[in-house]
Amino acid sequence: MARGDLVALFLHSLALWCISVGGPSTILPEFHRYLVQANQLLTNVQFVELYTLAQAAPGPNFMYATLMGWQLAGWTGATLMTLAVLLPTMTFALMLGRMNQSHPNATIVNVIKRGLTPITIGLMLASSTILIRAVSHNWRSYLLALLTIAAVLRTSWNPLWLLAVGALAGMLGVV
Amino acid sequence: MSSVLSKVKLRPMNQTEVHVARLSPYQLFLTFLRITTSGFGGAMFWARRQLVEKERWLTDREFVEYLSLGQLLPGPPGLNLTVLVGYRFGGWAGALTAVVGFVGLPFLVVIGMGALYQHYGAQPMVQRALAGMSIVAAALLFATFARVVKVLPRRWQPLLIAALAFVAVGVLRWPLIWVIGTLAPLAFLAAWKERL
Repeated sequence: MARGDLVALFLHSLALWCISVGGPSTILPEFHRYLVQANQLLTNVQFVELYTLAQAAPGPNFMYATLMGWQLAGWTGATLMTLAVLLPTMTFALMLGRMNQSHPNATIVNVIKRGLTPITIGLMLASSTILIRAVSHNWRSYLLALLTIAAVLRTSWNPLWLLAVGALAGMLGVV
Repeated sequence: MSSVLSKVKLRPMNQTEVHVARLSPYQLFLTFLRITTSGFGGAMFWARRQLVEKERWLTDREFVEYLSLGQLLPGPPGLNLTVLVGYRFGGWAGALTAVVGFVGLPFLVVIGMGALYQHYGAQPMVQRALAGMSIVAAALLFATFARVVKVLPRRWQPLLIAALAFVAVGVLRWPLIWVIGTLAPLAFLAAWKERL
């Protein structure tokens, strides 16, 4: 990848993350347009495979950007694409953190926090039901989901064991 | 399911409002490293488990509030939560080490996976295991919802706003940006009226 293209990609990503309110999935379509359609840097199949692979890895789900950077330009690409996420995010969050710290009882921040709480909770329920429906293919999948929820709420088992059970059930073709 | 939920709601609130004032950057680094390394399929469940249940740095209410701010700010909500919590308990150094803990190892892991993938391609066995794990990961997110839903005030406005957000995004699948753009002003208005 040419140096000019890499710089352009970095600046474009930086701008995208600055407006990415609502999480990494909101700007995914724009990444697709930029990388696959407009500049032909990745094929459609590569784009989907890299995204899926990043989702499967432990850690935050913006790592798809890191992985695509690595595919395009090795360690430099991975580092630049990660910095494009970190720089704007940390700047805005630290600004808000400072404001919150120096005026802990500011009405405006409290109204925002209290006001957004119901939306956040509603969206959490929405994400979990969408995900459960998307990854379940038969009644045994739903049973596994139900048992997982019951185990988390009723027992103190380490949830990593539940993930291991899920992996095993998947390998055996049960779910 | 409803019986499980109602039991959770009835559980008495036994958390005090503030647990700790300040933490070392190293503690913050370690905790966010723990959150991120167990965070298959989303860090939300593990962040709550570590910050609210294990370390008791935050109450459920504070956790949801930080999460809400994290969703409002640009950038990944999980990363925003990391910066906000790191800064609150450890200042600039705490924010920085929390982010390094949260992002450092996954950065290396995802590149390692990319390299393996290029050499060996996708193994069907691995893909089936990942499919099974993603069902459990989705269920863990639901369990997190079941835990934090009790911080909703028992008034009709917040309950209605939560229900509308769920139906619009979860059932009707409307774009998130429009849903938040419409509901947030209403939610702010409701919170403004209730501020005393």
